[in-house]
Amino acid sequence: MNQATEIAIPKAGFDWLPLALVPLLALALLPFVGSPSTWLTLTVAGLAMGLIIFVIASGLTLVFGLMDVLNFGHGVFIALGAFVATSVLGGMSAWIGAPSLLLNLGAIFVAMLVAMSVAAAVGLAFERVLVRPVYGQHLKQILITMGGMIIGEELIKVIWGPQQIALPLPETLRGAFLWGDAAVEKYRVLAVAIGLVVLGVMLYTLNRTKIGLLVRAGVQDREMVESLGYRIRRLFIGVFVTGSALAGLGGVMWGLYQQNVTPQMGAQVNVLIFIVIIIGGLGSTLGCFVGALLVGLLANYTGFLVPKLALFSNIALMVAVLLWRPQGLYPVTSR
Amino acid sequence: MLNRILSHDLPRNRWLALLLILMLLGLALTPFLFPGTKALNVAAKIIVFTLLVASYDLLLGYTGIVSFAHTMFFGIGAYGVAIASTRMGPGWGAVALGVGGALLLSLLLSLVIGLFSLRVKAIFFAMITLAVASAFLTLASQLSDWTGGEDGLNFKVPEALQPGTQYLEDPLLGASIDGRFVSYYLLFVVSLLLVLALLRIVNSPFGRVLQAIRENDFRAEAIGYRTVIYRTLSNVLAALFACLAGALLAIWLRYNGPDTSLSFEIMLDILLIVVIGGMGTMYGALIGSVLFMLAQSYLQDLMRLGASAVEGVPLLSQLISPERWLLWLGVLFVLAVYHFPSGVVGRLRTSGRRPG
Repeated sequence: MNQATEIAIPKAGFDWLPLALVPLLALALLPFVGSPSTWLTLTVAGLAMGLIIFVIASGLTLVFGLMDVLNFGHGVFIALGAFVATSVLGGMSAWIGAPSLLLNLGAIFVAMLVAMSVAAAVGLAFERVLVRPVYGQHLKQILITMGGMIIGEELIKVIWGPQQIALPLPETLRGAFLWGDAAVEKYRVLAVAIGLVVLGVMLYTLNRTKIGLLVRAGVQDREMVESLGYRIRRLFIGVFVTGSALAGLGGVMWGLYQQNVTPQMGAQVNVLIFIVIIIGGLGSTLGCFVGALLVGLLANYTGFLVPKLALFSNIALMVAVLLWRPQGLYPVTSR
Repeated sequence: MLNRILSHDLPRNRWLALLLILMLLGLALTPFLFPGTKALNVAAKIIVFTLLVASYDLLLGYTGIVSFAHTMFFGIGAYGVAIASTRMGPGWGAVALGVGGALLLSLLLSLVIGLFSLRVKAIFFAMITLAVASAFLTLASQLSDWTGGEDGLNFKVPEALQPGTQYLEDPLLGASIDGRFVSYYLLFVVSLLLVLALLRIVNSPFGRVLQAIRENDFRAEAIGYRTVIYRTLSNVLAALFACLAGALLAIWLRYNGPDTSLSFEIMLDILLIVVIGGMGTMYGALIGSVLFMLAQSYLQDLMRLGASAVEGVPLLSQLISPERWLLWLGVLFVLAVYHFPSGVVGRLRTSGRRPG
C-alpha cells in the first residue's frame, strides 16, 4: 500500500562520458609522445592552459546561458586585465625584484585584484551602454559587441601604446620543478592552483548558495524565475560583472603565461574561448570546464608532436565533438 | 526594360535613384573625369567592395546570418588568381584556372561550414566562422611557399591588362587607353553584371524564402521550407560571389597578401559598409562603398591635420592620430547599428513615403 513512497524519485544519471574524455585523451596520446617525463611536462602545461581558458570562458558561457547574450567583446576584458597588470607590476618593482616568494606572490595577487576590479568596472559600463539596449536581438548583439571589442582594443592602444609589452614573471616563479626527468614549470603549477580555486569557488557558489540556485534556475528557464519574483536583471548584471572580472583575472594569468601582452591578445583568445564554449555546450559551466581542458591539452600535445597542425587541432576537436553531440558536450536543456 | 534589369526592385525614392545614377555614372566615367592613378585606384576599390558587400548583404541583410568568414572567401579568390599567375606565368589560362580552383574551394568550404553550423543554431555560425577564418588567416601566412607569407605575392596579369600595353597612341578625351583602362572596365562590367545577378537572386522566390527565414525562421520551417538548406545555399552563394570579388581585386592590384584581402580589418569594413548603406537593400552596397571609401581617404587626412594641430596635448593627440582611425570607425559602427539600422537606403525610402 505504501509501496509508492518507497520508490525513490528517479534521478537523472550524471553523464560521466565527456568528463572521462579528458584523462582518456591524455592517456591515449602517451604512446605517441613517447617518454613519460615529456608527457608529464606537456600534460601540466596543457592543464595550466586549459584552466586559464576556463577562468576566462566561464563568465562568457554563464552570460550566454542566463540572458541569451553572446558577448563578442569578452576579449577586451582579457586584454584590459593583462595591461592593468603590467602597470601594477611595473609600479611594484620592489616586491617583484625581491627574492622572497611571499612578496612575489603578493605582488601578483595585488595585480590580479586590481585587474579584476578594473575589468569589473568596465564590464558594468559595457553592459549598461552597449549590451542593455539590444536584448533579445541576436543580430544586433553580435554587431554591437563586436563594435565594443574594436573600440576597447583601440582605447587600450591609446592608453598603453600599440606595441607588445613584456610581462616577466617574478624571480622566484621562474624556472621549473624537477620530478625525475620531468620539468614542470613553477608558474604552471601556480596557474593550475589558481584555476582550481576559481573552479572550486564557482562550483560552490553555483551549487550550494541561493544566488547559485537562482543563476542555474535562470539558465534553465528565465521567465519562471522572474515570475517567482526575482529580479533577473540584477542577477544578470552581477553575472556579467563577475564574468568580466574573471576575464580580467584570466588575462593576467594568460599574460604571465605568455610573458608578454599585446592589444590584440583579446581577439586571439576570444577565438579560443568560442571554440571552448561551443565544445562544452553553450551555457554549460561543466561543459566549459571539460572543453577548456580538452583544448588546452590538445594544443600542447599537437604543438609538440606536429607543430604545423597545432592550429587546426582546436577546429578538428570542435568538429569531432559536434559530430558526436551537435549541441556540445553538456547541452543545456530548453535551448 | 529597366524594370526587368533591376528585377522589379526599383530604388523607390527619387533622391535615392538620383544618388545611384550619379554614383554609377561617376564610376563609369572615372577614367575620363578624374585622370590620375589615385582616383582610378579608389574607384576600382569601390567597385570591388560594392560586389563584396552586396554578396555579404545576401547573407546578413537578406538571410539574417552573421558570418565572419566572408573575407576568407574574398581571400581565396584573390589568392587563387595570384598563386595561379605566379606558378603558371601570366595568361588568361592562369586566371581562369585560379578563379575556377578558388570557386571550387569556396564552394566546398562554405558548404561544409554551412551544413555543420547552420544545422544547430544561427549563433553558432558567427562563432564558428570566426574560428575558421582566423585559422585560415594564420594558415595563409604560414604556407609561405605558396602564398608568399606576410609579404604576399606580386604577379603579372595577362598581357592585355598590363599597364604597359598601349591600345591608342594618343589619349582619348583625357584618358590613356592602355591595359589599366581595359582592366578598369573589366572590373566595372563584371561587377555590374554580378551585382545585378545578386539583385535577381534576392528578388526571386528563393530570395523571398530567405527573407522569410530572416523574419521568422520557425514560421518558415512550419510553412514547409527546409531552412537549413536555404541558409546553406545562401551561404554558398555569398561565398562564391565574394570569391569572384577577390579575384577581381587581385587582377586590379596585381598583388595579393594577407592584409589586402584576408585581414580582420576588411571584415570590419564590410560590416560597416553594410550597416551604413542599409542591410537588406542591395543598393546600399554601392552607396555604402562610395561613402566609406571616400571617407577612408578623406577622414584619415583630416585626422592627420587635427593630430598635428593638437600635437603635445597628451591624450587628445593620441586619440585623433591617424593610426587610431579604427577607433572612430568602431564608434561610428556602434552608433550606426543603434540609430541608423536601416542605413542610408532605408532612411531615404521611409522619408519619401508620406504618412497616411
